[in-house]
Formats: sequence, C-alpha cells, structure tokens
Amino acid sequence: MQVAVFPADCSEAVAEAVALAGAEVHRVDDLVTTELGEMSLLVLELGDEPMRRLRQLEPVVDDVGLPVLVVADRASLPLIERAKGVTDFVLEPLDPVELGVRLRRHATSNETEEILRFKDLELNPLTYQATLGGAPIDLTYMEYELLRFLVENPGRVWSRQQLLSKVWGYDYYGGARTVDVHIRRVRAKLGEERASWITTVRSVGYRFG
Amino acid sequence: MWSTSPPRELMTKQADYVLRTVEERGIRFIRLWFTDVQGFLKSVSISPAELEVAFEEGMTFDGSAIDGYARVQEADMLARPDPSTFAVLPWRKEQQVARMFCDIYTPDGEPFFGDPRQVLKRNLDKAAALGYTFYVAPELEFFYFEDSGPEPKVLDRGGYFDLTPLDVAQEYRRSTINALEMMGIPVEHSHHEVAPSQHEIIVRYTDALTMADNIMTFRLTVKEMALQHGIYATFMPKPLEGHEGSGMHLHMSLFEGDKNAFHDQASPSGLSETATAFISGLLRHAREITAVTNQWVNSYKRLVGGFDAPIYISWARNNQSALIRVPTPKKGKSSSTRIEYRSPDAAANPYLALSVILAAGLKGIEEGYDLPPEVADNVFQMTPAERAAAGIDRLPESLSEALEAMERSELVAESLGEHVFDWFLRNKRKEWERYQQHVSRYELETYLPIL
Repeated sequence: MQVAVFPADCSEAVAEAVALAGAEVHRVDDLVTTELGEMSLLVLELGDEPMRRLRQLEPVVDDVGLPVLVVADRASLPLIERAKGVTDFVLEPLDPVELGVRLRRHATSNETEEILRFKDLELNPLTYQATLGGAPIDLTYMEYELLRFLVENPGRVWSRQQLLSKVWGYDYYGGARTVDVHIRRVRAKLGEERASWITTVRSVGYRFG
Repeated sequence: MWSTSPPRELMTKQADYVLRTVEERGIRFIRLWFTDVQGFLKSVSISPAELEVAFEEGMTFDGSAIDGYARVQEADMLARPDPSTFAVLPWRKEQQVARMFCDIYTPDGEPFFGDPRQVLKRNLDKAAALGYTFYVAPELEFFYFEDSGPEPKVLDRGGYFDLTPLDVAQEYRRSTINALEMMGIPVEHSHHEVAPSQHEIIVRYTDALTMADNIMTFRLTVKEMALQHGIYATFMPKPLEGHEGSGMHLHMSLFEGDKNAFHDQASPSGLSETATAFISGLLRHAREITAVTNQWVNSYKRLVGGFDAPIYISWARNNQSALIRVPTPKKGKSSSTRIEYRSPDAAANPYLALSVILAAGLKGIEEGYDLPPEVADNVFQMTPAERAAAGIDRLPESLSEALEAMERSELVAESLGEHVFDWFLRNKRKEWERYQQHVSRYELETYLPIL
C-alpha cells in the first residue's frame, strides 16, 4: 500500500505510525504538483497550522481523488467539520493502532472500488489489465471494454443494440453483428471452462454471470 | 458515407490502451506487421519507447526491400500501426512480444496503393458505400511434415476424422488452436483431413479485414507451433502427388446492418436476389480472379479432376463438386445463410483474394446478372458435351492461363489498383517462365526410356 503524507516535514510519530500500518510512506512537499495517482490514501497532518493545511487541501481535493485522513488536535475539530475533502480523522496524541485501522479501512475500500471481480476474473480499469486466476489475459481495447461492461452489469440480459450503444458508444459500421464477433473472441480468451460465463439468450442477446 | 475506419477519438483511446498495456505487461518488443504483394508477412520490430511516435507519425522503413513495393524514387514508406489489432504473441514465452498490423503510407501521408491491406480496405469501403459489410469464415487446410526438406515426409497415414494413435499430430493441432484463441481468433472446429498428415482448422466468421489479418496470423501461428514441436507445417497447395491438396474454402455473406442480405424468407431456396446476383458475379468473373486466389504454379496441381478441389465453374446447393456451394443454413438461423467459394488456396494473399472475390460479387449485384441454373449432378461425371450444353466453363488449367484471363480483366485491374495489378502480372509471368524452363521428374521418367 502506498500512502502519501503531507507535509513532507511531518512529525516522526505520524510517519512511523503509517509505516507501522504496513504502508510505504511517500512524503509530499506540494499537493498541487505531485502525482498521486499511485497512492491509496493521503495522510494530512494539521500540526501548528491547521487553517493553512486545510486551505492547501481544498483546491486540489477533486484532482487528488484519494481518501484523506487528517491528523488533528482536539482544538481543530470545528475546522475539520467545515473542511472539504476530509474522509476521516485521528486525534492527537496519536494512537498508532487506531491510525493503522482507519488507514487500512479507507485505503482498502478505495481499492475494492477500482478492481472489478467475477469469480477468478479481475479487471483493473485504471491499468486496463485483466487477469484470470492471477494470470494475465490479453484483450484488445474493445474486448476489454465489452468484458468490463458485462462484469459491471452481471445477471442482466443485454441486446446486441444495447451493447453496441453502451460499449461502442457510436453507430459502428459493422452493426450488431460486431457484438457477436467480439463476444465470441472474449469467450475464446476466457478459455473453454469459463466461456459459459457469457450465455447467449436466444433472439435477445447476451447475459454475463 | 459509411467507412470502415473507426472515428479518430476511438483510435486515440485504443492507442492509449496499447501504450498502457505494453507498460503494464512489460512487453519488450512490438512487431509491426504488414504484407507484401505475394502475401508474405513482413515485420519491423520496435521498442516500447518508439511506440508513441509510431502511433502519431508512423515508422519509416525502406520500401524497396519489399516485394511489390519497390519504386526507386519513393523508397521510404511509413508503417502506421492499427491499435485495434494489438495482440501478445503467445508462443514467445521467454520474452513478452506483441504485434500490430500496419497500414502503409507514402511519406506525404497518402495511403500507399501497393499495400494489400489498403487495397482490401478500398474494396470494403466500396461495399460499405452500398450499405454492405462483408463477412468471411475460412476452412484452412495444411500439412505437417517432418521437416522442410524437398521430399515431404508425412507423420501419419491417417484419414478423414481419424482419431487413432496414428494421429500423432493431434497435440500439435490442439496447441495451435489454444494459441489462436489466445490471440482472439476463435476456432469453430478442427479435424484430420483426407490426405495423410493433412489437417483442417475452421475459423469462426468475422469481418473481411479482420479475417485477412487473421489468416496471416493463422499461417504464422501454425508454422510457429509446428516449429516448437520440431516439425514443419506447410500451406503449399499440392505437396503430395496422388493425394488431396490444401485449399481455403471461403464461407461468405453480406450484411446490411443486422440483416443478412443473402437471406430471403420468401424465396424457396432461402437465397435473396442479392445472394444470387453475388453468386452470378463470382461465376462470371471466376476465371479472371483465379490468378489471385490461386497464385502459384503449384496451385493448379490442386485444381485437377479426381479430387475434392473444384475445376468447373458452377454452383449448387449441397453438391461438393461445384465451385460455389450453398450450404443449408441451420434451421431457424437465417443469419447463417452464406455461400462457399471453394477454389482458393491458403497460399494466396488473403487481402488481395478477398478484394477480387468481393469485387466480382458486387459486380454481379450492380449489373444484376442472372443466375445460371444450379448443377444437380456431379460435374466431374458429365461428358464434355454435356458440360458444354449446360454452359459450364472450366477454371484456368495453369498459372499462365489464369494470368491471361486476369490481364484482360478490367474488374481485377480496378479492384487491385494499377500498381498491384501490373506488379502482380509481371512477377507471376516471371514465375511461370522459370517453371517452363524446368525439366520435371515426370518428363524424365516418362520420356527418357522411350524417346
């Protein structure tokens, strides 16, 4: 787990508690310019300048797109209540165990949102990678998008036209037959045992799962 | 107008997808594939660092090194990878290698008319302008031999649908099918063919451009997997005298959107007028396009009587001797209505072969040709007089005869484009001349003792 810690010169107690929670500490000296895409969570220590720290967070909170765990003292609680983008907080004096629990809870919930799973199939929409039982499978872009849509919407029957407009998103020249061709290719790549995850619903379309 | 090219925005997304995957999967090399006029696969290898530039600008290479591309004054060519064709090569275990098919452009950014893939795209755009998508499913036959030496050494004496210990090649075929499926080429089924050591793999239908790419990939995959097992695979049309040759029967249909344009519920045969006109076009122009669908001297050793290969220009519903067969569609499955063109062999250039076949069929539709009567009998058993009376012509008997028919064909010139048309004729004439100078074993054995 990768955890960003701001400011870079945070107290050793915070850095140690994050490391103790099993995360890799990345000290961030500028929230605006630092790339946080790989991080699972941001720990923000308010320290002696709670107003300034929260103001630094506010403009970037949408871009950062991470859960934010604030380390604050009791006096800063009213500020936190009004602040934008704070997911949760821990109070000083710091309890490393409490920080660890909160950190893992928020960071993990963030990750499960990203990875799509069906049985032993995993799709990571961020990296476009797909694995079956841990082994990577190679899909083309359209095959990936089709499979992702199906995994996101299991159990429902989709007509070819629906799939065409939802997945291809434009009036594709090949028409609905394109869908059949791609379904068959995805089945081939899932392999014999898993090909039946996608069932053909006669004269209607397809269902996943 | 309809076009076979996806919108630009999608191309960018697909390129991003490829860049991301190359990074995530630690792919070391990307092979940019394209095809020369005779249908040989060419490859330029690039590193992941060069990939972004390849998408944006194309990769420059020396076109004069490629058969059928050579034009002294414009030797530099650009290969532009098509991100929708990205696939990791499954047989490269030790190092991750991927491939993409390319379109070839001139340095000015114009599509290069000597590029067979662009030739097919042009023909498909023409069909698209008429509202048609062209779907193809091939039956690909090939032989496994012990090695690539000049004497073919068979691996078994197996026959059609054999499933005995004789069929030592079963495992080779299975691993090949796995590799094909991993690359997104679904296989319908496979079996041991009639001749010893001969096999057939039937590939599931897809649009014609993807299928031409798939056939190129198929040939390489079959050969690569054979190599891994220490044997040799060949698509030579007739490697064994006295046995069946290897063909590439093509099952084809035109779709108008979601509707099979070859199907008509109301007609007794189930075939629409579009289908019958397409058949008529193919029949009428069959002699002209044969040089392209059967492009080697050896191709004509397969197109002889006494075997499964067609030689008479005829059509029929379930008659295996006809050039065009109309298989009975599965009950209630109008979408599977199709025709099967049985002369091509798997050593053809698939881009060019599909181009001329489509052009001939579309010509039939455009001109509204009438369909000649169906041939009910076995054409091989008819006398020459009966065949003449029924108006049944023969396919060219040799490459030379096929080239003569092609040279007079406006249809082939138009569908291939002048550049490919001229080069093809010149190159194949030379092949025929070389063959003419050869004194064969047959001649020595037949004539030496008596003359």
